[in-house]
Amino acid sequence: MAYRRDMYWLAAFFTVLMLAPLAMPNNYYLTVLIMCCLHAMNAVGLCLLVGHAGQISLGHAGFYGLAAYTSAFLSTTIGLPVGLSMLAGIGAGTVTSVLVGLPSLKLHGHYLAMATLGFGVILSILFTETIDITGGPSGFVGIPGLSVFGYELTNDASIYRVVALGLCLIVWLAFNVLHSRIGRALRALHTSEKAAQAMGVDVARYKLFVFVLSAFFSSVAGVLYAHYLTFIAPASFGFMFSVEIIVMVVLGGMISVPGSIIGAFFLTVLPEFLRAFENSEIILFGAILVLCMIFLPDGLAGGWNRLWQRLRAASAQASLRKQI
Amino acid sequence: MKHTVLECRKLSVRFGGVQALHEVDFQADQGHITAIIGPNGAGKTTLLNVISGMVSPVSGEILFDTHTITHCPVHQRNSLGMVRTFQNLEIFSNMTVLENVMTGCHGHMPLAAWHSLLRTPKAIALEHRIKEQALEALEFVGLTGLNTVSAKELAFGQQRSLELARALAARPRLLLLDEPAAGLNIAETQALAEMIVRIRDTYQVSIILVEHDMELVMGISDAIMVLCFGQVISRGTPGQIQKDPQVIAAYLGSDEDE
Repeated sequence: MAYRRDMYWLAAFFTVLMLAPLAMPNNYYLTVLIMCCLHAMNAVGLCLLVGHAGQISLGHAGFYGLAAYTSAFLSTTIGLPVGLSMLAGIGAGTVTSVLVGLPSLKLHGHYLAMATLGFGVILSILFTETIDITGGPSGFVGIPGLSVFGYELTNDASIYRVVALGLCLIVWLAFNVLHSRIGRALRALHTSEKAAQAMGVDVARYKLFVFVLSAFFSSVAGVLYAHYLTFIAPASFGFMFSVEIIVMVVLGGMISVPGSIIGAFFLTVLPEFLRAFENSEIILFGAILVLCMIFLPDGLAGGWNRLWQRLRAASAQASLRKQI
Repeated sequence: MKHTVLECRKLSVRFGGVQALHEVDFQADQGHITAIIGPNGAGKTTLLNVISGMVSPVSGEILFDTHTITHCPVHQRNSLGMVRTFQNLEIFSNMTVLENVMTGCHGHMPLAAWHSLLRTPKAIALEHRIKEQALEALEFVGLTGLNTVSAKELAFGQQRSLELARALAARPRLLLLDEPAAGLNIAETQALAEMIVRIRDTYQVSIILVEHDMELVMGISDAIMVLCFGQVISRGTPGQIQKDPQVIAAYLGSDEDE
């Protein structure tokens, strides 16, 4: 079954994530890896929303930021315990997504893109302008570090493990949804809303469900981000980040969860490598993306599948030749 | 004992200045194949759209068994046991054949979302039952062995069968078929006619059929209603309809012209 195959993939991915720190020469790499995982959480959510259900959102950085700022505000300014603030942050992001999703998911295509874009921009302005609460453009400083059940995680290695575990749980949830009646309903409303309705799918409800689920994933990433860095600034939650998550999903191959994770890792690691080229960094970044889209139109996952099939065909041919 | 499954009372539909349906009365009996025919633009598909909820009527009433479903959303009609197919195939091209048919089970096999999210034993058991039903429906329409094939790779005729299988997986009590023979050749149309009769007899499904192929309609229908310019001009058995001068006039032009 396809579900079992995905579970094997998840198990392998989890093992690699857990072993990865052993191969890291210093903490800088660990930081990059943590950012990879946080970005992947966002990408997995949008993979469900954009790739499977065919809806677009240009405002997910808003949920990411809202959760981060809520948790930062509650734990730092109000002084609530970190665990409680994080739950509240996730709750704030998720509940807001219901309020945003209810009216905007009635829109299609470009209009939905505009509505979610507007939401993202409004939040971004709020983060910048409500200086008393968020600290404004210079950022929110002094957020307490991540703690789990009262234990404060002091070193990056343990934070990394929590974040990686969180990512794997999110991937597990995503796979469960995709291999269920909900996943089929989402793919159905993607191709034909009429036929989906005729098959008993409450289209409005399922659109809202996947929108909220993806916002929930982003919110989880947001609170982890805030308490890992202990410093957040509005620049991280702007329009550009919303677009970046979409690019990760597209680069990964739209409908593939592993693909969007790899897309997220790739797009997070790439700028770090390109740092060496200083001034031409952005140009190289753009060129690599363009080349990817030209030669891998169905994304990294699609390219991998084709390579795999070609290898299998080649090996089958080789064994046939041997028999002759 | 005749039992009415679906009854439409004085249905009217307007698209801007066009009166697509004018006070149409229609009923379909339990276990019967009821056909709706008429010249192009007569309002056949509109009537089917109103019955299935895709178009809302300006006035009139629709009764499904004892429920008034005039303003009931499409997906709820599915849960009540009403399923339709489409004239322009609306298969889910991004899914496999099996997944397409499994989607058909959506309405009558509900489950709280958190079961699916956490893949509880209940969700796994349901998946198995859905798969069984889907395989059964695929076998019924003769599409076995194509489970993992992408639906868009099927031949046109097979896609038609796939739509039927998807509708059957929904375990309908009333099946609405919108021009199921459109684009099929003679042999395929004959196979379709046999299949429609077999669906009625095996599952005791009542069927409403909108179709242009007169041979098909006359061959399998228990009752026929003829629409012309949004109005009912005749109803009866195939034999009565074939002899009705008004129907002949509507299709061939009136006698005076000859």
